Amino acid sequence: MAIKVVKPGLSTTVQDLGRPGYYHIGIPISGGMDRFALRAANLLVGNPEGAAVLEASFLGPQLEFTADATVAVTGAELSPKVDGVERPTWTSFPVKKGQALSFAFLKGGARAYIAVSGGVDVPLVLGSRSTYTLGALGGFKGRKLEAGDELRLGEGAGASGRIVPPALRRGPAAPAVLRMMPGLYWHRITEAAGQHFFADTWKVAPEADRIGYRFRGGRPLEFVPREPPFGAGSDPSNIVDACYPYGSVQVPSGAEPIVLHRDAVSGGGYFMIGTVISADLDLIGQLQPHAPASFACVTMEQALAARHERQKQLAEIRALF
Amino acid sequence: MNSRYSYGGDEHIFVECDEEMSLEAFFKSLSITKAVKEAQIKGVTEICPANASFQIKFDPDAIKAEDLLAELKSIEAQTGAGVAHLATRIIEIPVLYNDPWTHETLMRFRDRHQAPESTDIEYTAKINHLDGVDGFVKAHSGAPWFVSMVGFVAGLPFLYQMVERQRQIQSPKYLRPRTDTPKLTVGHGGCFGCIYSVRGAGGYQMFGITPMPIYDPNQQIKYLRDFMCLFNPGDIVKWRPIERTEYDSIVADVEAGKYAPNMAKVDFSLNAFHADIDAANAKLMGALHGH
Repeated sequence: MAIKVVKPGLSTTVQDLGRPGYYHIGIPISGGMDRFALRAANLLVGNPEGAAVLEASFLGPQLEFTADATVAVTGAELSPKVDGVERPTWTSFPVKKGQALSFAFLKGGARAYIAVSGGVDVPLVLGSRSTYTLGALGGFKGRKLEAGDELRLGEGAGASGRIVPPALRRGPAAPAVLRMMPGLYWHRITEAAGQHFFADTWKVAPEADRIGYRFRGGRPLEFVPREPPFGAGSDPSNIVDACYPYGSVQVPSGAEPIVLHRDAVSGGGYFMIGTVISADLDLIGQLQPHAPASFACVTMEQALAARHERQKQLAEIRALF
Repeated sequence: MNSRYSYGGDEHIFVECDEEMSLEAFFKSLSITKAVKEAQIKGVTEICPANASFQIKFDPDAIKAEDLLAELKSIEAQTGAGVAHLATRIIEIPVLYNDPWTHETLMRFRDRHQAPESTDIEYTAKINHLDGVDGFVKAHSGAPWFVSMVGFVAGLPFLYQMVERQRQIQSPKYLRPRTDTPKLTVGHGGCFGCIYSVRGAGGYQMFGITPMPIYDPNQQIKYLRDFMCLFNPGDIVKWRPIERTEYDSIVADVEAGKYAPNMAKVDFSLNAFHADIDAANAKLMGALHGH
């Protein structure tokens, strides 16, 4: 054993880069909500980028180390403390056998990534160590961590003193702008509804988790009238149950948009008006409830340019170490 | 039936085979996705057939979206209306209708239901002009159902009743979704049946429960050792009404590692089905009894 969980935090799970290939039977990709931060944390401690880390939401855990290790914390501004002494985020530091790792209160963002040299060693399930709690699959016993859990670590020497310079860090801007490609069932809403969807300021609702983020505060969307297709259901927002893209924006009854994330339900009977681009999914994972956000309309070309921008930023971090 | 193509952000292509549900739309989705799988297109990472649509996830760093779109359209053109034959299997699912667990749950969420004074079965029987609970069970379990999609959550099958449209059971979803549904609840929403593979939120009407697990992430259950999810799109399901004593004995057999689902290999032909639905179904269901 190498880490004992003294206090689990609010919701701390083991995550890596996910479990692709099983979405067609309802098993989502899972993995870190903010993959950029997850990769950076691993690079800081000298791990392979996709090693399993701990993802802590809103409140950090309290951990006791039973072996020497190197640690880095990225993503949310959740300052780590070694035996009560604060350490900087986005920086790797040593933790000695017997020392305790705890966290200060959250100052920004929503999810911190705690990488430990060697990576968290839980069994590979369908090719990944990520936790999918709804399906009780993967991670540590298929669930979030609890007090008393003991985690093993893989082999890894570690690299202390590495720093990601502030210019290469990423956190949420306020208000957050989520770039979305309209499509899917966009034609179901009126032109006016489409315009005010992008014009309105929304707020993250308390129902925001790894499955999806709900937003409220914008005007309801008006539908183009129709005869319900057979099998769809009578509500104007119903469709014949279909597959949901990651990042897709469904709006049940036209009221509150929900953006599906890494633990997405793979399909269902609500229409979707578009999809948040891959480059902005990490950002959603760092939004706190009540955070203001708006949606911006983009094209495929803009989505790909944003994607390459993100890749470039990651390449610069890789080049540092 | 013209397919509609749309990008789902920079990593997905979404294809609606038809706006409304039909066996033809389902077969089209199934045959195109099968052809896409066989084509082994570089950069394609997920192929997800659904009831009357499908979705392809891809890596835009490995293949351009417009190239993949063109390739999918060409596969659709080659596949045409879809293959009308399917070598598949029929699986018998024992069901305890009107069970105490879904009953307790539905009573807790009566304020979210269209007809708070009746149960989900009574309400669905009434709006489908069926003769009470008994008439409902007969209609629900009398004909087989296609697994037309697997998803929502891990291993959950969506089921499409294999009868003429006017005989299909239809029922709205709850007015507001429940926050709880027992594991292995047999549910129904719109024209689709389902089995909830895990406990959780849900909006479908609740008719009963099966003692037979369909998802096992630990792969301890004998018939789920090869893979943790039982169902695949294209499987056929036959419900078999059971009483409480049999329910209890199946639960015990599953726990003891002795339970084996009754299933058989079958060939389905869309033309033969449309020519005589009852005869085609009788033949499919007969396979479960060695015929």
